Amino acid sequence: MSTTFWIILVGAIATYLTRVGGHLVISRFENIHPRVEAGLNAVPAAVLTTLVAPAVLGAGPAEWAALIVTALVSLRGGLMSMFLAGAAVLILARQFVG
Amino acid sequence: MRPLKEQWMSAEAISESGARSDFWDGVRLSMPVVVASAPFALLFGAIAVDNGFSVLEAFLMSAMIYGGASQMVGIELFGQHVAPWLIVLSIFAVNFRHVLYSAGIGRRIAHWPVLQQALGYFILTDPQFAVAEARAVSGKPVGFVWYLGLGLPVYVFWVIESGLGAVFGKLIPDTHALGIDFLLPIYFLGLVLGFRKRPLWLPVVAASAAASIVAYKTVGSPWHVSIGAIAGVLLAVVLPPHHSGVGERP
Repeated sequence: MSTTFWIILVGAIATYLTRVGGHLVISRFENIHPRVEAGLNAVPAAVLTTLVAPAVLGAGPAEWAALIVTALVSLRGGLMSMFLAGAAVLILARQFVG
Repeated sequence: MRPLKEQWMSAEAISESGARSDFWDGVRLSMPVVVASAPFALLFGAIAVDNGFSVLEAFLMSAMIYGGASQMVGIELFGQHVAPWLIVLSIFAVNFRHVLYSAGIGRRIAHWPVLQQALGYFILTDPQFAVAEARAVSGKPVGFVWYLGLGLPVYVFWVIESGLGAVFGKLIPDTHALGIDFLLPIYFLGLVLGFRKRPLWLPVVAASAAASIVAYKTVGSPWHVSIGAIAGVLLAVVLPPHHSGVGERP
């Protein structure tokens, strides 16, 4: 079998281990300590922020405009309207700002 | 005998239609994710072929790894002829954040049969976690059928579009004008804002943002993801639990 196939296969196993591993480790404990629970509750915002923050820093006016509109729409609308509004502003702004 | 059977039938019909509506409820919520990930699947396929993957290999990578950012990183390194073990390690590093998702969602789906859990963890992506966790927080049950309705369309479209991207890759026009490279941050920002009513949301987001930016500038990608996440989570762990509202729960 090709090297590429082995990279895909081992990469897939490594990825599955990350997806099942957290649960397998945590479920060994009978009671979850309040601090651990506080940490777990913070996980989604913490991780998702890291996927946004560096991109925001390296962005230009078109991207910032899109993010600001996304944030404003989020105060009222749901995820889909928020995403479409942001994407529309981005595409529109890029026609002018590049 | 007959009334009993009819009763049983109607109970069956109700639970079946309940399961069906649960499934479609999940499918409905999957649509923004399907739309948001489509350009990336196409882009991934195109880049994969450009970096020496065959169409089948691009298809297989999407079907087996099913993690967009890690696939992009893997393809990039493969094109640079980096050692295979280093490519695998990088894929692992980008996907390491799933350990945290797994620990979080494990509390919600621990009651499922083992095989359903095994499948559930396979499709545990960023949006899958975010949407399922949001449902659990709102007090609704996270059932297998609903979870599958949420995840299956995303998976199927991701794999098919990766293959399409590989086949038609070179036909994608000006990707910059279409904003394709920045759709994912917009989508992730939407998810982050969706959690804004959680206790400690702002401090956690601020800590993660600062740490990930510093890590991005110093250690470099993809480690800024793990480092930034750990910073935000550590802040929540270190502050007294009542700040997180944990102690106030019944």
